[in-house]
Amino acid sequence: MAAIISLRNVVKRYLRGKQSVEVLHGIDLDIETGDFVALMGPSGSGKTTLLNLIGGLDTPSSGEVSVAGVRIDALGGARLARWRARNVGFVFQFYNLLPQLSAQRNVELPLLLTSLSAAQRRRNVQAALAIVGLSDRAHHKPSELSGGQAQRVAIARALVSDPTLLVCDEPTGDLDRATADEILGLLQTLNREQGKTVVMVTHDPKAAEFATHQLYLDKGELVSRSTKAVA
Amino acid sequence: MKFLPLIWAALWRKKTRTVFTLLSIVVAFLLFGMLQGVNAAFNSAVDRANVNRLMVANATAFTESLPYAYLTQIESVPGVSAVSQQSWFGGYYQDPKNFVFSFPVEPLRWRRIGTEYRIPEDQFDAWVRTRTGAVVGAQLAAKYGWKIGDRVPLHSVIWTKAGGGSDWEFDIVGIFTSPEFASRENQFLFNYSYFDEARVFGKGRVGWLVVQVADPRASARIAAAIDHLFANSPDETETKTEKEFQQSFLKQIGDINFIVTRILFAVFFSLLFATGSSLMQSMRERIPELAVLKTVGFTDAGVLRLVLAESVMLCVLAALAGLAAAALLFPALRDAIGVVTLPRAVLAEGVVIAVLLALATGLLPAWRARRLSIVDALAGR
Ligand SMILES: Nc1ncnc2c1ncn2[C@@H]1O[C@H](COP(=O)(O)OP(=O)(O)O)[C@@H](O)[C@H]1O
Ligand SMILES: [Mg+2]
Repeated sequence: MAAIISLRNVVKRYLRGKQSVEVLHGIDLDIETGDFVALMGPSGSGKTTLLNLIGGLDTPSSGEVSVAGVRIDALGGARLARWRARNVGFVFQFYNLLPQLSAQRNVELPLLLTSLSAAQRRRNVQAALAIVGLSDRAHHKPSELSGGQAQRVAIARALVSDPTLLVCDEPTGDLDRATADEILGLLQTLNREQGKTVVMVTHDPKAAEFATHQLYLDKGELVSRSTKAVA
Repeated sequence: MKFLPLIWAALWRKKTRTVFTLLSIVVAFLLFGMLQGVNAAFNSAVDRANVNRLMVANATAFTESLPYAYLTQIESVPGVSAVSQQSWFGGYYQDPKNFVFSFPVEPLRWRRIGTEYRIPEDQFDAWVRTRTGAVVGAQLAAKYGWKIGDRVPLHSVIWTKAGGGSDWEFDIVGIFTSPEFASRENQFLFNYSYFDEARVFGKGRVGWLVVQVADPRASARIAAAIDHLFANSPDETETKTEKEFQQSFLKQIGDINFIVTRILFAVFFSLLFATGSSLMQSMRERIPELAVLKTVGFTDAGVLRLVLAESVMLCVLAALAGLAAAALLFPALRDAIGVVTLPRAVLAEGVVIAVLLALATGLLPAWRARRLSIVDALAGR
C-alpha cells in the first residue's frame, strides 16, 4: 500500500535561550495507509516532537513532511490549521477536554469549523460517542467522567470529523492497566474496522503490542523498526 | 452563532470573577447612564432655549432683585414686544424635601410670553379673578393629587407674610400642560399682586424680567439698549439671551458637563484596568484549552476572534444591564431635573463605549491567544 505519511531528512531544532538545539537529526520515515504504528523510545528522545510534525502541529526546521500527498511542511498558519481540521484527529495523555463543556460539546468542537448544520453536527457527535461507547454520557462534564471515559470522549472528538489519521501522544499514560487496554483495544478497532491510520507515542511495551508496527527513537534518530505479524 | 455556547462557557469558567467583573461594569454604566442623562437633560434645556427671549437680571448677582418699575420702562424699548416678570419664591409643600418650583407672576403678562404653556381659557380667567389663585403644572398636580378647588399651603424659605409666618395659602384654579417642555409641568405659578401685598420686605421689586423680542437677530442690540437704560443706577441690569441665562444658571450649580466628564473618565479608566486584568488572567488560565482549539483546527485569527467576542459579550451585556438600570432609575430624578426618560442618545453612546471598552480590554489577551504556540502550550511551556 502507498505511504500515507512520508518524512525525508526531517530536522527539528529548538532555540533554548540563544542556543539552537537539534532534537531530530534527519528522520526518514514511511508509514503506510492502515498502519497502526507505536513510536517508542526514552523520555526526551523526540517522540512528541516527531508526532507533532506528523500531525501538523509544528513544522520542521528542514526536510519534507508529506501526509496523504500534501507537503505539510510547506503549509503554515491558517492553511495548516484547516488541513489539521480535515485530516488529523488528536488524542493526548491528559485528554485535554474543555472542562466547562459537556462531553457532547467537546466532541462537537472540530465540527464548528465545518459548514454542517446544527442537526448534522448533533448526528455526527452522537455517532462518534456511540463508537466509543459513551452515548449515555453525552451531557456529562469532564469532571463527572472517569479517566477512561474522558479519554474515550477525546477519541470521539478525534474521530468526529472522520480524519484518515489519528495521532496519539501517550494516550494511556495516565490510565491503569485495565482501562489502558480498553482504550488500546478501541484504537485497534478503529484501525482495523475503520481503516484509520494510527500513530501512537508510548513508552509502555504492552501498549506497543496493540500496534502493527513499532518504531524506536533514540536521541533524535530512528534506531530500529519492527513489523509485527497482524494477529 | 454556533460559537456562542463556547464563548458563553469560557466567560463563566470562573464564576465569582466573572460576576465581580460584570458588576463593576454594570455599576460603571449605571453611573454613566445617570450622569450623562442628567447632563443631557440640562444641555437640552439650554439647546431648546427660546431665541426670542431675553432675561434681565440684576448685574450684581442674578439672585438680587430689580425694581418693578423697570418692567414698564423696558416695554417701551424699541423691538421689545412683551415683558413679564418672575421671582423666586422658594416654596415647599408640607415637608422641606417636597420642594416646589414656585413663582409669583402677573397672569396677563405671563401669558403673552409663555407660549409653551397650555391652559384652558376659563381656568386662566379664574386665575386672573382670584387673588390667592394659583395654576399648577400637570405633573406637579398629579404628584400631590391636587385638584382644582383645593386649598394648598406652601411654606416659603424666603418670604414672610405681613400677618406673620411663612406659610402661604393658595387656591388652585387651573392646571396647565407644556407638551414640549415637560419640566415646566412641575411649576407652581401664582399672582404677583397677592404676593407683593402680603410680603413683609422687598415690596415693589421682582426677581428677574423676561423680555420677548420680535426679531431674534436684534437680540444683542436690544440687550445692550436695556442695560444702557439702567447704567449708573443703583440697580444695574445684565441682559442675556435665554440660552446664556440657562448656561449661567447651570454654572451656579457647577460646570456639570465638566464634572460629569471627569467622573466618568476616572471610572472608565479604572474599569479598563480591572476588566483588562481579569480578561488577561482568564486567558492565561485557558492556555491549554486555547491550544486544544488550535489543535483541532481553529486558526490563529479564529482564536483571536473568540477571545475578543468574550470581552465584547461581557462588556456589552453588563453595559446593557447598567443602562437598563439607569433607565429604570432615571424617572426618580424627575423632581430634580424635570426629565422623565433617559435620552436615547445616551443609551446608544453607552453601547458604543461598551464596545470600545471591550476592544480596549480584550485586544491584548486576544492577541496573546492568537500568538500562542500549540506545542509550547501543550507541553506547558
Ligand atoms: N519547544 C521546545 N523548546 C525547547 N526545547 C524543546 C521544545 N520541545 C521539545 N524540546 C526538547 O526536545 C527534546 C525532545 O522532546 P520531546 O519530543 O518532548 O521528547 P519525548 O516526547 O520523547 O519525551 C527534549 O530535550 C525537550 O526538552
Ligand atoms: Mg513526549
